[in-house]
Amino acid sequence: MDTQVSVDQVTKAGERARTQLPRWLAPGGILLNLALLVLVAITAIPYLYMAFGAFKPNDEIFGVPFTFWPTQPTLKNISDLVSQFEFGRWFLNSVIVAVGGTILQVLLSSLAGFGFAKYEFRLRNVLFTIMLATLLIPFQVLLVPQFQIIKAFAWFNTYQALIVPGAVSAFSIFLMRQYTIGLPNELLDAGRIDGASEFGLWWRVVLPLVRPGIAVVAILSFTSNWNSFFWPLIVTTRTDMFVLNLGVASLVGPYDYQYGMLLSGALLASLPVIIVFFIFQRQFIEGLTAGAVRQ
Amino acid sequence: MAVAASARTNPLREWWWRHQRSISPYIFIAPFFVLFAIFGLYPIVYSFVLSFYKGFGYGPKTFFGLGNYIHLGADPRYVHAVFNTTYYAAGSVFILSPLALLVALAVNSQFVRWKAFYRASLFFPVVTSSVVIAVIFTLVFDQQFGLINTFLSKFGAGGIGWLTDAKIVMPSFIMLGIWNWLGINMLYWLAGLTGISHDLYEAAYTDGASRWQAFWYITVPLLRPITLFVVIQAIIGSYNLFAEPLLLTGGGPSDASLTISLYLYEQGFENFNVGYASAIAYTMAAFLLVLSILNIVLFRGYRTSEY
Repeated sequence: MDTQVSVDQVTKAGERARTQLPRWLAPGGILLNLALLVLVAITAIPYLYMAFGAFKPNDEIFGVPFTFWPTQPTLKNISDLVSQFEFGRWFLNSVIVAVGGTILQVLLSSLAGFGFAKYEFRLRNVLFTIMLATLLIPFQVLLVPQFQIIKAFAWFNTYQALIVPGAVSAFSIFLMRQYTIGLPNELLDAGRIDGASEFGLWWRVVLPLVRPGIAVVAILSFTSNWNSFFWPLIVTTRTDMFVLNLGVASLVGPYDYQYGMLLSGALLASLPVIIVFFIFQRQFIEGLTAGAVRQ
Repeated sequence: MAVAASARTNPLREWWWRHQRSISPYIFIAPFFVLFAIFGLYPIVYSFVLSFYKGFGYGPKTFFGLGNYIHLGADPRYVHAVFNTTYYAAGSVFILSPLALLVALAVNSQFVRWKAFYRASLFFPVVTSSVVIAVIFTLVFDQQFGLINTFLSKFGAGGIGWLTDAKIVMPSFIMLGIWNWLGINMLYWLAGLTGISHDLYEAAYTDGASRWQAFWYITVPLLRPITLFVVIQAIIGSYNLFAEPLLLTGGGPSDASLTISLYLYEQGFENFNVGYASAIAYTMAAFLLVLSILNIVLFRGYRTSEY
C-alpha cells in the first residue's frame, strides 16, 4: 500500500513538473544535469590542460605553482617544433595518407557495395559472409607477415605502404551496401536503356545518390587513417616519412624534457580530427553505431 | 594497322557489352578480395606456419614443432602480458561498460537538457589518437606535477605513482581507458535504449511498476543484444592496448603494464623473433575467439534460463 502511494506521488510530481517547470529544472533533473556536467569537465579538462600547455614555456608546464591557463602565453613551442623537427613534413605526410586513403576507401567501398547490393551473381552470399568474417581477424595476427610483404615489395618508407593495405575495409563495404541497397532498381534499368555501361551506372547514377553513405565512410576513414599508429610504426623508419602520430611519439623519448614542443605537437596532431568530428557529428555517430544497431 | 587493331577489338567490345552485367559485380568486389588475399589471407596462413618455426628476421628458420607455444607457457613476461591484458579487459567489461550504461540512461532521460552537447563532449576522446592520449596522460598521471596528484594534494593526499607503482599502473590504464572509450560505449547503449518503445514503459507505469522495476524488467532484458555487442567490443578493444603503455611506461615498471600487443611488438619488431611473435599472435587470436564464443554462450544461457 505504501509503495502504491509513493508511486502515485512520483507520477504526480512528474505531472506537476511537466505543467509548471521545464523538466530539467525538477530536483532530479538538476542533479542529473550536474552529474553530467561534472563528467564533461572530467573529460574536457585533461585535453584542455594539454592544449593550454602547448602555449606555456617549459618551466611552467611541470612546475610550481600549478597553472591551468598559460600565464605567459608563447608560440615558441610551435615555432621550435617546426624549425627543429620536420613537423611540416609530418603534417603533409598525414594529410597525404589520410586524404589518399579516404579517396580510395570511398571509391572502392562504394563500388563493392554496389556490386553486393544490386547484382545477383554466383557465390554472392558466400563472398559477402567471408568478407564480414574478416572483420573478426585481430590485426596483430597479420603484422609479422605483412612486414615481410612490405619488405618483398620494397615498400618501406613509401606512401603506398601506408595507404594500400588498408585501402578498402570490409566495414566500409558493409556500410556502402546498406546505403546502396535502398536505391530503386528502376533507376539502374533506365540508365541501362539509355546505354550506360555498368561502370558508368555506378559513376553517374549510384555515386551521386549515396552521398550520405560516402560522408560516413569518408569521415570514419579519414579519422582512422589520421589516427593510425601501429602500422606506420612498422613500415616507416625514416623521419621524413613519419606521419604526425609517429613524429609526436618520437618526441616522447629522447626529448621529453622539452614538454612544450611535445604538447604543441599533440595539439596540432589532434585538432584536425576533432574539428572534423564537431562538424560531422551526425555522420560519426551513424557510422560508429552501425555495428550496434544491426544487432 | 589502326584499322586492323580496331577490327580485332570490336568483337571483344561487343562480347564485353553483352556480358558486362554478369561480369561487372566480380570486378567491383575484386579490389577488396585481392587486397585481402595479399595482406590478409596470406599473412594468416604464413603466420600460422611461422609459429612452428624458430628463427630471427629474414634468416634461416628451423622447424620447432610446438616449441614456441610450449615456451610461451614458461615465459614469465608472456604470463604477465596475458594477466595485464585480461585485467584491463575486466576493467572495461565490469567498470567501463556499466558506467557507460548509467551515462546513457542519464543522457536519455527526459530530465536532461543539452543532450547533443553531452553526447559530443563525452565522445571527442574516441576520435583522438592513442599517441595524443598518451601525451595528455603524461600530464594527468605525473607523480610530482600531474593533474590528479595536484588535485589530491589540495585534500592532503597525492604523491601517488600512477605510472611508477607496479600495483597501480594497470588501474591507471583502466582509468585512461574509461576516459578514452566512455563516449562510444555510451553511444552503443543509447542506440539500444532508443530502440525500446515508450509504450512498454507507459504500460508498466499504468500497472503500478516503479522506475526500478521498469528498468529491471523492461530495459535490462531488451538491452541484451546490445549488451553482448558492447562486451565483445570491450574485450576486443582491450587487446589492442598498445600505444599508451608503449609511450607512457614502456610496459613497466618491471612488466607491470606489459600488454599482449606490446609484447608482440617487442618480440616481432624489436627482437625480430618472428616465429615466437607469431605464436603470441595466434594465442591472442584464440583467446579472443574463446572469449567471444563464451560470451555468446553465456548470454544465450541467461535467456533460456529466464523463459
